[in-house]
Amino acid sequence: MNDLSNPVIIKGGIGDSPKRTEDHRFLSGKGRYTDDINRPGQAYAYFKRSDVAHGVIKSIDTAAAAAMPGVVAIYTGEDIAKAGIGGVPCGWQLHSKDGSPMVEPPHPILAQGKVRYVGDAIAMVIAETTEQAKDAAEALVIDIESLPAVSEMRAATAPGAALVHDAAAGNICFDWHIGDKAAVDAAFATAFKVARIDVVNNRLIPNPMEPRAAIGDFDQSSGEHTLYTTSQNPHVIRLLMGAFVLQIPEHKLRVVAPDVGGGFGAKIFHYIEEAAVTWAAAQINRPVKWTCGRGEAFITDAHGRDHITHAELALAEDGKFLGLRVNTMANMGAYLSTFAPSVPTYLSATLLAGVYTTPAIYGEVKAVFTNTVPVDAYRGAGRPETTFLLERLVDVAAKEMGMDRVAIRRRNFIPIDAYPYQTPVALMYDSGNHEATLARCMEIADWNGFEARRAAAAKRGKLRGIGMSTYLEACGIAPSAVAGALGARAGLYEVANVRVHPTGSVTVFTGTHSHGQGHETTFAQLVADQLGVPFESVEVVHGDTAKIPFGMGTYGSRSLAVGGSAMVKAMDKIIAKGKKIAAHLMEAAVDDIEFKDGKFTVAGTDKSKSFAEIAITAYVPHNYPIEEVEPGLDETAFYDPKNFTFPGGCHICEVEIDPDTGVVQLIGFTAVDDIGRVINPMIVHGQVHGGVTQGIGQALLEHAIYDETGQLLSGSLMDYTMPRADNVVNIHVGTESTLCTHNPLGAKGVGEVGAIGSPPAVINAVVDALRDYGVSHIDMPATPQKIWSIINAGAPRMAAE
Amino acid sequence: MAQINLTVNGKAAHAEVESRTLLVELLRDHLHLTGTHVGCDTSQCGACVVSVDGKSVKSCTMLAVQAEGAQVITIEGLAAADGTLHPMQEMFREHHGLQCGFCTPGMVMSGIDLVESHPDGLTEQQIREGLEGNICRCTGYHNIVKAIAAAWPLMHDKQMPQAAE
Repeated sequence: MNDLSNPVIIKGGIGDSPKRTEDHRFLSGKGRYTDDINRPGQAYAYFKRSDVAHGVIKSIDTAAAAAMPGVVAIYTGEDIAKAGIGGVPCGWQLHSKDGSPMVEPPHPILAQGKVRYVGDAIAMVIAETTEQAKDAAEALVIDIESLPAVSEMRAATAPGAALVHDAAAGNICFDWHIGDKAAVDAAFATAFKVARIDVVNNRLIPNPMEPRAAIGDFDQSSGEHTLYTTSQNPHVIRLLMGAFVLQIPEHKLRVVAPDVGGGFGAKIFHYIEEAAVTWAAAQINRPVKWTCGRGEAFITDAHGRDHITHAELALAEDGKFLGLRVNTMANMGAYLSTFAPSVPTYLSATLLAGVYTTPAIYGEVKAVFTNTVPVDAYRGAGRPETTFLLERLVDVAAKEMGMDRVAIRRRNFIPIDAYPYQTPVALMYDSGNHEATLARCMEIADWNGFEARRAAAAKRGKLRGIGMSTYLEACGIAPSAVAGALGARAGLYEVANVRVHPTGSVTVFTGTHSHGQGHETTFAQLVADQLGVPFESVEVVHGDTAKIPFGMGTYGSRSLAVGGSAMVKAMDKIIAKGKKIAAHLMEAAVDDIEFKDGKFTVAGTDKSKSFAEIAITAYVPHNYPIEEVEPGLDETAFYDPKNFTFPGGCHICEVEIDPDTGVVQLIGFTAVDDIGRVINPMIVHGQVHGGVTQGIGQALLEHAIYDETGQLLSGSLMDYTMPRADNVVNIHVGTESTLCTHNPLGAKGVGEVGAIGSPPAVINAVVDALRDYGVSHIDMPATPQKIWSIINAGAPRMAAE
Repeated sequence: MAQINLTVNGKAAHAEVESRTLLVELLRDHLHLTGTHVGCDTSQCGACVVSVDGKSVKSCTMLAVQAEGAQVITIEGLAAADGTLHPMQEMFREHHGLQCGFCTPGMVMSGIDLVESHPDGLTEQQIREGLEGNICRCTGYHNIVKAIAAAWPLMHDKQMPQAAE
């Protein structure tokens, strides 16, 4: 086993950047995405959806639609109720301050009695072709009595507001808190100054490029259901759909998530369409395929962010943070999606210490129902919201105190010798070196040379600004016992099955799922490195509950830290067994066998057996310690993490604003992150590029906007501004790693750092560029219109010069 | 229903389609060439880009019947018979210009069109502007831009002129 404490980079091993195994198939059009799959005799489903945000379903007349050409079946909420099909469950249960459980209204797979958002599914039409299903859906006669709708949280919580669910008074799902209120009040009483900020974390639409799709299939002879779906976690879908919605036992339900074209959180959740096609396929005894259109995705994929926060930071005279008080409203949308309650609470408020030694913290979160698409985890899930809040607030505090932005951060950093560090909001950080990432990032971005660049830009009539964020996040979810105590309804371990074949090649079955992360490459490197077999001899299999023992999937940057650790554990078992076989073959004591670089050696001798020799012996056990060891070389491990992992780092953004147009031009972006052990630097850089670009999108471009009647105004790629190639710049990426102390790889996770660290760096740069205009905060996205309005609002000092 | 004859990736193809059938539907559903993807419904994302008679086209924005008699090249038609990748495909692999792979066919097709239509060289800015019609959610474009720039000398069999830098 290659020594992880003193790594040597071997070809295709840890630290190398082999080109990706999956690329040939994707580059040659041979990817196999859900919509590429066609089952013999399949029919096509189309969902008729509500075009009003809130209303009572008075009647649905399906007669004319049913008579349309090609129609196979039409189902409504009434049919679903009659069939006894349950609602889509929520995976987390939170409790309010008073101990009462969150309000958890049922989420039927087709609307029953009421529609609650534009996009809520009313009927499923199944026909011989998609076009025929769409045509027939047009012929449905649906009488809906519109009700007043609430689309925005302040309106939803105002007295007399329309109720999304009768059970949720004031549209409050839960009213939760964390931290020590009395200690915070005491800290504020002694404060030299208080910095305050009001922040709206803009609502986003994840928009993975592959729209969702689902195919239900049913084998009448065996009673087995199969669901092909665009999911980040097929086993979780099997669990949620099988156990809670359709009551299909695991052995009769297979869920396949083949190649998936991006997820970013939006494909974690169990969606109603998955259950609908699985159920319908058994009703009509034919496969049923549904492919989401992009317009449909805008009003059905779970949205992200959408928090409104007020925060106050108490400061001592020397700039030390004394206490932090945070009050947040978080939009849940019309129904609770799978992870929704955990996002503003345990994935967000628990990080309010950030990288700072703030001794007293108190956070409150009100979760609010509105007549909008359900809101759930989107890349970063809660940590971008907290990071944006904190890193903006720190800049405001620096201004308030007349301190340098870097100096105030350094004054409050958790020092490296304070690790492990217990925060006042539940988490215990295991490792980190904030000074190292800060210093390296400032060096690459030439922070200290900035004023000359600002002056040069000013001569050209441009407003130049620079901003940073120094952040930390929690991922690698999650220690099951901790998550369970916090309200998770499932375990959050990961599973690996390492199958060594007779000739020494290896297939690894992982419960994680790759939808762009490059697991087929990274995990193969991990196995090649640890077992000493060639990278090319390792195949990674994921995404099929029929092949993989179990797993919780890929989200929360957990695949390497949790899934990779499960693999290490399984490989430890393989090596332990291999040692017994080697000891037998070489007539030595097991304790004398060492395994290194793919060889089992009798310590202190030149006697050795290759990994392949042990493999063949395990499968052809003619000369074998059969009394002590079973034949075969195939091991499974479940790994439950001991703690969360805590990646972090420093992001610096430099911008230039044209005062005539208000357009923010990105000049440079530098990200130096501490993500623990890096397996494939090429892939790591790619993950940061993509995450940072999504963060830039949030900061400058993207915004899901509802009008007051609950209509989504930004409902297409023509209205919702996705970052395009000419909106962004080349991104400088560096890593300054400290190792995670509690998993065998030392890995922390890289999937989300880009999207978490970047938005405040961008907005801090924009605010810095506008420093002569008396601006202390700009809500995202910082559009040209907002900035032009600021520049043209008053009589700034610049204009007077 | 309309009868349609065309050439796809060098092979004669025939299909019977509804007049409303889009070129991308003809390719995916009738000819089973599922490498060309549908990522949106407003001609914004570019996942469906193919070459029609040498022109780069969003196949979601063209009716199948409009391709009557046309020469169509899709992502499946780029690599050699033995699997050797086209230089643009190879540079995407070399420079990690793809992650989930969904936008990739359109990106590769657009990249080829960009390089072919700029015989005198291609700047980073030209590449970024030339990709306006292709959206990628994974890569942040950094490595896609690098890949296209790296493919230029291979496709033109000469160094990128200094003037274009």
